[in-house]
Amino acid sequence: MTWNEYKNGVHTGLPVGLGYFSVSFGFGAMAAAQGIKALDAALISITNLTSAGQFAGLTLIVAAATLWEMVLTQLVINSRYALMSLALSQRMGEKIGFLPRLIIAFFNTDEIFALAMARKEPLTLPFMLGLGTLPLIGWTGGTLFGALAGSALPQDIRAALGVMLYGMFIAIVVPPAKEDRPVLAAVVLALVFSCLFTYVPGLKEVSAGISIVVCTVAAAGICAALFPIKDEEDEA
Amino acid sequence: MSIYLYILTMALTTYLIRVLPLTIFRKPIKSRFLRSFLHYVPYACLTAMTFPAILSSTASIISGAAALAVAVFLAYRGKSLIVVALSSSAAVLVTEFVMSFL
Repeated sequence: MTWNEYKNGVHTGLPVGLGYFSVSFGFGAMAAAQGIKALDAALISITNLTSAGQFAGLTLIVAAATLWEMVLTQLVINSRYALMSLALSQRMGEKIGFLPRLIIAFFNTDEIFALAMARKEPLTLPFMLGLGTLPLIGWTGGTLFGALAGSALPQDIRAALGVMLYGMFIAIVVPPAKEDRPVLAAVVLALVFSCLFTYVPGLKEVSAGISIVVCTVAAAGICAALFPIKDEEDEA
Repeated sequence: MSIYLYILTMALTTYLIRVLPLTIFRKPIKSRFLRSFLHYVPYACLTAMTFPAILSSTASIISGAAALAVAVFLAYRGKSLIVVALSSSAAVLVTEFVMSFL
């Protein structure tokens, strides 16, 4: 029973694991291109298991930012996980205790969350562990291979691999923006703010971490005020 | 500063964000504004990180723009995450290969 639950989880997580491998290959290549050692890049992936946060974190490490800047950036970029954990917490119910929750929390990425919420049967610890296994291996392994191969590859190939991470972000953003006007508004606002911080003198001297935080808070704040979500709507 | 201090800070912050709502705050958020804000955060954040940074992430702005165009087009057509990511990467390689003959 327990073993079956674990196996079910592993099967469900397989496509995500494959996807993570190729995308984190890009992260590894990008990290190597910025002078991060391959094992350190893999360490980032196995301890963080998040795309956007790691990507921003890498920028901050390379820029020798302060630790407070790092905390603030991770808080803002990864604040969506708080919402997902809340939803997941409701979904798991009373049966799953405190200690299993400490473990399950680590695996709560956008994709794993989506798969867990889509499951018809009740969620169990073995299922959640199985679900997280291949994505964690794929994400860490891909980073390691990307960083090792990355330092051996010419600069233009590394840049091409690094673009995959942007490709993944675009794949996450565009479909909901196409369906939902308020999401499109958030995207357009973030786009405009981000351009201001890149091209306008004075603003472009602001560090990368802070400007991502400001763009995100401003765009999401304006949209939350203008287009509040419906009351019983699932935010996922 | 040691890179391990950065990695520890990143990992700890990210884990706390994930673990606190799962363990302590088991009740749903009441504030409609806060729930709406959190709803828009991922889209705003991913967009701000992607644009215009993608344009300057490759050897020339043209190959960066090609990656952007291909990714947006395929994502709009509903292609999977992995197809979009690999295709945008391929767009950079093809564009730079073609440009090397111009």
